[in-house]
Amino acid sequence: MKYLELTVGAVLVYNFVLSRFLGICPFLGVSKRVSTAMGMSGAVVFVMTLASAITAAIYRYLLHFTLNGVTYDLGFLQVLLFILVIAALVQIIEIVLQKLSPALYQALGIYLPLITTNCAVLGVATLNAKANYSVLDATIFGCFSGIGFALAILLFSSLREKLELATPPKAFEGTPIALVTAGILAMAFCGFAGLC
Amino acid sequence: MSILMVAALVMGVLALVLGTAIGIFVKFFKVKSDPRVELVLELLPGANCGGCGCAGCADFAKAVASGKLQPNRCPVSSREQVNAIAFALGVDPGEGFARRAVVCCSGDKYQTQMRKFYNGAIDCAAANMIGGGPKGCRYGCIGMGNCAHACPFGAIEVINSLAVVHQELCVGCGKCVTACPRGVIKLVPADSSAHVYCNSPEKGATKRSLCHGGCIGCGKCERAYPDKFTKTGFLASVNYEAEKLPGTEELEAIKCPTGALASEAGHYESEKNAGKGDNK
Repeated sequence: MKYLELTVGAVLVYNFVLSRFLGICPFLGVSKRVSTAMGMSGAVVFVMTLASAITAAIYRYLLHFTLNGVTYDLGFLQVLLFILVIAALVQIIEIVLQKLSPALYQALGIYLPLITTNCAVLGVATLNAKANYSVLDATIFGCFSGIGFALAILLFSSLREKLELATPPKAFEGTPIALVTAGILAMAFCGFAGLC
Repeated sequence: MSILMVAALVMGVLALVLGTAIGIFVKFFKVKSDPRVELVLELLPGANCGGCGCAGCADFAKAVASGKLQPNRCPVSSREQVNAIAFALGVDPGEGFARRAVVCCSGDKYQTQMRKFYNGAIDCAAANMIGGGPKGCRYGCIGMGNCAHACPFGAIEVINSLAVVHQELCVGCGKCVTACPRGVIKLVPADSSAHVYCNSPEKGATKRSLCHGGCIGCGKCERAYPDKFTKTGFLASVNYEAEKLPGTEELEAIKCPTGALASEAGHYESEKNAGKGDNK
């Protein structure tokens, strides 16, 4: 039951973009074409999974520890530490990818460094910490949250490609009609509420 | 130990560890790249138009540095820029000439007859499939601007439902040629001074009933300059290989009855002033 919540729940019920409203910037920014949306979602799934694993480990073993019988609670450093670690992690991933898999590096391209400071990535780390998930649970949750983001942005970008050919009223052309579409999409996802 | 010192210690150690880790990774996973690729990339204009056939300037730079392509394949670079790249690499710049795009149609909304009521998507490819768009001619420019959208340099303007190329902005990358569903756009040598602004092979009378600007195949131009113009059926064409094409004054002397034969500047002027009263 717990794993159902971590997987289906993260993708559909508590979708990062459409229910929690995290990561809206890339959701609107790189959703004009399906191909770029694919690149972005690949990068997000990749980074969210890795960041969840590392930050969960840091939260459990570095922010709360006992030394010489004294318990230290460094909870106030959480955000600072997470950002530092995520940024360094993405940097290392980029360097390694460039050497080991130039094809994947080309495909992810600019999106990899872009999502270093994405609120969805920091959000998944914070949510993991709040729920006090084990490292394994946090990794699963991070991966499926990324997949939820990918689902949302792929749906949205295909809608926007269709919208290019539509003729909305002059005042609604471009971003306004995209925002209306995003709102309707979010409402559709509300239908999943109570699933698990 | 106070909590403050522990916090500073944890952050400091973590920063040190991460910094060292990145340093080590950079050292061990260093990618050896060809410095000449960077050099070529710097000398290229960076338009990423794809006119060379590669996926962007970076890809072209790689191909040039490895000797697969010659520097002159870049349509945006001027002669000097191509020579600079060739000199930097010590290779042959390659023979070639600069090209420009020409929309071979003069059927704007005043010249051609708007025969159909079209209210579909504003897109040439879509209009071409559904009854051929609003204009009567099945061979001319549809005028919904697919070429203008495709142009990375903003060199194509749609005036009165007719695409017109701004020669000073066009670099000849050929993106518009692939974007046009009718094949109205041609790439011609950049220094050619005369063009036939019509693409329809139909009979003169048929053309005349649809459009006032089309070539009716009278043959005046061919009689005046037999080696520079050729008439095939009812459509004259310019022999772009010819030594020197007639200039503006010589073109006027030919007295093309429909104005299909014109220079770039003359064509642009007449389109800009179309429908402003002084046009017949």
